[in-house]
Amino acid sequence: MEQREPELPPAPAAGDGAGGRPASRGRGRTSLTGFLLLPALVFLAIFFAYPMIDIVVRSFADPGGFTLAHYGQVIEHPVYLRVFQITFEIAFTVTLLTLLLGYPLAYVLAGAGKLAASVIMACVLLSFFTNILVRTYAWMIILGPEGVINQLLRYEGLGDVKLLYNRYGVLIGMTYALLPYMVLTLYSVMRGIDRRFLQAARNLGASDWRAFWHVFLPLSLPGVVGGSLLVFILSVGYFITPRLLGGARDQMIAMVIEQHVELGVNWGFASALAIILLFLTTAGFMLYDRLVGLKALFESKV
Amino acid sequence: MSAAVEIGYVAGGAWKRRALHAAAVLILAFLLLPIVIIILLSFSSGLYLQFPPPGFSLQWYERFFRDPQWMTSLWLSARVSMMCTALSVALGVLASIVLVRERFPGKTAVYVLILSPLIVPGIIIAIAVFFLFSRLHMMGSPVAMALGQAVLTLPLVVVIVSATLQGFDQRLEQAAIILGASPTRAFFHVTLPIISPGVISSALFAFLASFDELLVPLLLADPTTMTLPVRIWTTVTMQIDPTIVAVSSVLVAVALTVLVSAGALRRSRA
Repeated sequence: MEQREPELPPAPAAGDGAGGRPASRGRGRTSLTGFLLLPALVFLAIFFAYPMIDIVVRSFADPGGFTLAHYGQVIEHPVYLRVFQITFEIAFTVTLLTLLLGYPLAYVLAGAGKLAASVIMACVLLSFFTNILVRTYAWMIILGPEGVINQLLRYEGLGDVKLLYNRYGVLIGMTYALLPYMVLTLYSVMRGIDRRFLQAARNLGASDWRAFWHVFLPLSLPGVVGGSLLVFILSVGYFITPRLLGGARDQMIAMVIEQHVELGVNWGFASALAIILLFLTTAGFMLYDRLVGLKALFESKV
Repeated sequence: MSAAVEIGYVAGGAWKRRALHAAAVLILAFLLLPIVIIILLSFSSGLYLQFPPPGFSLQWYERFFRDPQWMTSLWLSARVSMMCTALSVALGVLASIVLVRERFPGKTAVYVLILSPLIVPGIIIAIAVFFLFSRLHMMGSPVAMALGQAVLTLPLVVVIVSATLQGFDQRLEQAAIILGASPTRAFFHVTLPIISPGVISSALFAFLASFDELLVPLLLADPTTMTLPVRIWTTVTMQIDPTIVAVSSVLVAVALTVLVSAGALRRSRA
């Protein structure tokens, strides 16, 4: 789907002021239909824009007035710096893992016949649209101390493995949750690569591997960059999966924010953390827009 | 010689291709397995989450559908999602018409404002909405939950409906106006029926997104107003209750229904 600037078709519309100068009538129509946009704008102003500004204000406010103390707290306490470190570690590993699993699947998907492609696509979309809470709970059942994996291991007479409430659990669950984003982004790029280039390279004497490495891989790089960036940004703000599958040493930014709000202890500090997270996310998406273009993302998200 | 090379290449290629296909099948299995396991276990006759299940039974579904607390949550989720869907579709369709058809200064800014909830991390939108409704003393209110979730579903509606409107030939509507219909009448009798597959599928996806949303209602809920995801969340974080596998399977069924209906709509349009 390419998004084109919509233009009024040349056919003259005999609307309200038929026969008038087309230009002035065009402007009149604009101001009239413009009202249709108002409800959405008012709604977003009240329920989105104002609350977001409220977070910014809270992050700089204390009973005495303006303060930078909430932001200072983030830097002063090694605990919170550690949270950022853990968040980036997890996000980075998850990005690598989804790329490792997503690339071959997207490659096969892009080259598959009609039937195989629709089967693969159906699986990816089912996973993508299944409630994240359900998908995470499934992993609790699979990885837990009394879970599917340990039951099967015990049945085979093997010892237990600890995969839940630690980093393994978080990485498995998040890789699982974010894999569809990676596959769909890679696929949208690979679909557009003309496979005859590969054939041409082979005909000219290149091995399969060489043809892939020198022809297909470079052409698929926009997908690799886009998918990785997208998965990384989404990982940094993740909450549900690490909260349910992780242990005490897997605290991520979003979890700390939620705790401070839930317990009602320090909304100012939670707001400061939220603003930092928002800043990181926005920077990430601006980079994404520069490298890949956000339009493609919004369309693939449907 | 070239024939030999060709044969060697094909044989080598076939081997590699098989390995690649095997990898793809394994990755697909990884994508499907958790969902399959949940559904299998939901029909288990075991007393705990025994794998493989010892036999077939509907005990967990019975527990779910007989439990008044779960039913209250299911009903609340349905109500909140319907309010949210109605609101976001109404606002989204109107906004899309302007965004697709008109040029005006600040159009990009409006797009950014409407679509940005897709980008802002869920936890931030949840606390933003939470701060607002705690100021308004609307904690625990289903209306507050619907309003908060509509922030998240409005951009979905705008993206889907705009894409549909772009494929719509505006001259049809203009023809109706030339023939004497008022712009409103032309919209309801010509434009809306033609773009209705897009509008309906936007409503389906908005409903699913709202039905599945955890963070917004989690912060707004009080003990008497827990949506289905919120009750799953509190149950999962407290204890191991196999009823959750039945609830989860119901949610998978909801997602499947939405996907299949949207697919059918897309085919009917093509």
